[in-house]
Amino acid sequence: MAVGKEIRNQIKSIQNTQKITRAMEMVAASKMRKAQDRMRSSRPYAGKMKNVIGHLAHAHPEYKHPYLLDRDARKIAYIVVSSDRGLCGGLNSNMFRTMLRDMKAWRDKGAQITLTVIGQKAAGFFKRIGANIVSQQTHLGDTPHAHDLIGAIKVVLDAYNSGELDRVYLVFNEFVNTMTQKPCIDQLLPIRAEALEVSMKHHWDYLYEPEAKDVLDVLMERYIESLVYQGVVENIACEQAARMVAMKAASDNAGDLIGQLKLVYNKARQAAITQEISEIVGGAAAV
Amino acid sequence: MAMTVHVDIVSAEEEIFSGPAAMVFAPAAMGEVGILPRHTPLLTQLKPGEVRVVTPGGEEQFYYVSGGMLEVQPHCVTVLADTALRAKDIDEAAALEAKQRAEEALKDRKGDIDYAKAQSELAEAVAKLQTIQRLRKQAR
Repeated sequence: MAVGKEIRNQIKSIQNTQKITRAMEMVAASKMRKAQDRMRSSRPYAGKMKNVIGHLAHAHPEYKHPYLLDRDARKIAYIVVSSDRGLCGGLNSNMFRTMLRDMKAWRDKGAQITLTVIGQKAAGFFKRIGANIVSQQTHLGDTPHAHDLIGAIKVVLDAYNSGELDRVYLVFNEFVNTMTQKPCIDQLLPIRAEALEVSMKHHWDYLYEPEAKDVLDVLMERYIESLVYQGVVENIACEQAARMVAMKAASDNAGDLIGQLKLVYNKARQAAITQEISEIVGGAAAV
Repeated sequence: MAMTVHVDIVSAEEEIFSGPAAMVFAPAAMGEVGILPRHTPLLTQLKPGEVRVVTPGGEEQFYYVSGGMLEVQPHCVTVLADTALRAKDIDEAAALEAKQRAEEALKDRKGDIDYAKAQSELAEAVAKLQTIQRLRKQAR
């Protein structure tokens, strides 16, 4: 029967799409779990480091590290963490929108803005709008390594050390839960003093090997790196969660579409049969 | 029970070891150090090498670290391990690479715009096709 061949084809093609989106949903779900584990396992490092720096800053009130000093914010840098791939709902575009608003506010105040981008999506987006990108790092994959980020971060830290930058922000998606990801703009440099609260207030100090200053310098650098790494890991967890939700919605929509098309198809088939019967009956009556 | 000190070995990517120890050896920047419980507070850089943890049972456990920091307090020892070998020139090279990537990507801007253009043209063509299909269906 020739009825509704187009509709049948369309149903089949939607079913194929649905298979793909459903597979992607399941892949994203399992990757999300792993990414969450990674997010959790990277936390102790930053926490411990924060403690040590807190102690140090407390024990050495006379030595102020440049990372702790607030400067007049005239030159701003953003480190933008995005995903490499799309099909994850509005995750990246929401973040870019939040960030553009923030950038505009700074630009109105007369600040110069440079960008360090991590991830293909941010690289593409900010290139298109013609932002000033100084360094970039893409294709980190699902299991990023801290040492892949060193280069991009060092560019920013060097610029900060030489006074070419006054403030550095980290932009990434915060993993609230599976359904919610929040774009987040954190101040990396100068390090906010309230972030380094120490519990022990009585005075004591470390023995240093070699000099206190050298040790502190290295610590600060590692601390910033660990913060950026954490942002990247968190963003990956967000990406997978967002992809899972988006693909679930796509599969559901495909199901709805298939249902509607099937209804139309069956109606057409029934109408064709009825017509054929009435033609036969009519023909028989005429004889 | 013998005196013990709590040891944490963490890297940016994972927690490597956490538990009590009778003694810890670490490759500090100015020579290997051995740390017993109630050591005075100490903060030092680590060289690449192995951290040895002697458990309260007298067993020795080895962990390789490629550098990092060692923080000692009377009742806890924290090793903040680096995840990779770090040296000034290697970092420098990585930084240069990151810069170059950005520059190359900027030079390649035309290619990207062509891609975006092609994408929008494709979307337009698909939309046209869909309209034609719909019209055909109505005409039938």
